[in-house]
Amino acid sequence: MFRYLVRRVLYLIPILFGITLITFLLFHVVGGNPAAQAAGKYGNEAQIRALEIEMGLDKPLHLQYVDYLRQIVTFDFGRSWSTHQEISTMIMNGMGPSLSLTLPAFLLIIIISVSIALLLAHYRGGMLDKAVLIICLAGMSVSSLVYILYMQYWLAYKAGIFPISGWDPSWTGRWEYVALPILIFIILSIGGNVLFYRTVFLDEVLQDYVRTARAKGLGTVRILFKHVLRNALIPIITLVVLEMPLLILGSLLLESFFDIPGLGGLIYSAIQNSDFPVVKAMTFIGAGLYMIFQLISDLLYAVVDPKVQLR
Amino acid sequence: MKPSRSLWQDAIRKIKRDKIALLSFFFIAAYFLIAVLCAAGILFPNHAAPDVANSFLPPSSDHWLGTDLFGRDVIARASHGTVTSLMVGLIGAGLSVLIGATLGAIAGFCGGVIDDLIVWFYSTIDTIPYILLLSALAFLLGSGLNTMCLAIGLTSWVGLCRLMRAEFMRHRDREYVQSAVALGAGPFRQIFLHILPNTLQIVLINFSLSFVGAVKSEVILTYLGLGVEVGTPSWGMMINDAKQELIRGVWWNLAAATIFMFILVLAFNLFNDALRSALDPKLKGKA
Repeated sequence: MFRYLVRRVLYLIPILFGITLITFLLFHVVGGNPAAQAAGKYGNEAQIRALEIEMGLDKPLHLQYVDYLRQIVTFDFGRSWSTHQEISTMIMNGMGPSLSLTLPAFLLIIIISVSIALLLAHYRGGMLDKAVLIICLAGMSVSSLVYILYMQYWLAYKAGIFPISGWDPSWTGRWEYVALPILIFIILSIGGNVLFYRTVFLDEVLQDYVRTARAKGLGTVRILFKHVLRNALIPIITLVVLEMPLLILGSLLLESFFDIPGLGGLIYSAIQNSDFPVVKAMTFIGAGLYMIFQLISDLLYAVVDPKVQLR
Repeated sequence: MKPSRSLWQDAIRKIKRDKIALLSFFFIAAYFLIAVLCAAGILFPNHAAPDVANSFLPPSSDHWLGTDLFGRDVIARASHGTVTSLMVGLIGAGLSVLIGATLGAIAGFCGGVIDDLIVWFYSTIDTIPYILLLSALAFLLGSGLNTMCLAIGLTSWVGLCRLMRAEFMRHRDREYVQSAVALGAGPFRQIFLHILPNTLQIVLINFSLSFVGAVKSEVILTYLGLGVEVGTPSWGMMINDAKQELIRGVWWNLAAATIFMFILVLAFNLFNDALRSALDPKLKGKA
């Protein structure tokens, strides 16, 4: 196990190098001259020159890359161009609001979609199965933006059940504001999740051990939630763990629609304001998180499945 | 004894028998017809002409789904939006499939250092969350239809690349390829004439899936301000405009875009399902 861990961590090095290289090339080569962007529409030559020197853009590319690596190691991504705040502070401040939206939503999505999928796998081929499948496919065919627009309009603006948008930084006050986004989040993700889990469970319910359990006289609920669920844990863990970075990054659309000051909203306003350093920092952090959670999911396999031997 | 059917003949037979798949196929074909007629200027040629006096008319017998801010017929706008969406789908998914299949084929076929390099490259790309990569690239390339297609194509090829690599590794040492080598076939001939036709079903399924993904991405990118230029008819634009319009009670613009997109994407989703079960030999007899 330990040897595997070391090897797996060593394997991260080339990937990490790749991420820094790709984000660097994207933002420094594809993106044109950031100094001209930062100077804005009315910046003159001299201002652009001054900004280039200030941002270190007059140095050769490889030195700029070293600068970029230093930023990453020290977790100091400089200041935002639009708010002039430290980017690392902005990220730290955004994490809490994002998690208060995504974490409850995420847990509810897993519980609801796993339960529905188990039920569908049990009644496979029947009317219920077909009806829910069609509902899921139909639900997935509507753009997420449409759900947000309609639900915000009907439930918040027209019916007044929820506040339209806003935020309360206190831990007790914020739930009022995240309730509707959580509901929308669940509706947005449930179709795809149910379809995925259903295929996973379908592979399991046809196995011999299910028949054995039934022959032993075990009840359906016990077979489904204990035996089948346990055996299907590997694909479930893969999906769940790999979706975790999105938890921290928050939801771009939901946060911007409901004015939640999380990381998703941060990315949205950075894109709107052409705020280069923020978009760059968020892209790198997103990739880094994904990498870490990939490692966690690989390690969890061994915990869940005794057949998996990590060497 | 009857001659046996090939994978493709068998798939076409299965899809023909599947009423839902057939119906979806006709819907998709109808969309392409609408798009071609709109692009050729036969259907709704005056869709862009403003008529400000008739701004935001509710649905009536003249305008079945009302008019927009500039007094343009919403159905005409949505029909012309079909052109944009299908273009994004075709070019975006086409580009993604082209990159994914080529890199996957090279990696799986060549192995060694080239394989390591390609695997490293796609693992890296795969590590960056999709929505961030897509918006970062679209952000850097600037808005517009072409750059949007390019951004979608350049970011969505990893899944197919991984599948194709595995397929090529599996097929590379099969007997039919070895006999081709014995007959003097070079690597080019082996890849394109021998192995590729045997993996084409994966490419096709993936293209169809990417198509839906691209159509949906158009809406999101437009919301981020990275979509088509203002004035180009697109469903993303119509949905995006609804943000201000709903409060004034104007729901028909959003409704039209939603319905147009819903039918296309649902038809594609249903067709994909049928296509996958018809073409995947592993699913034979199941489901």
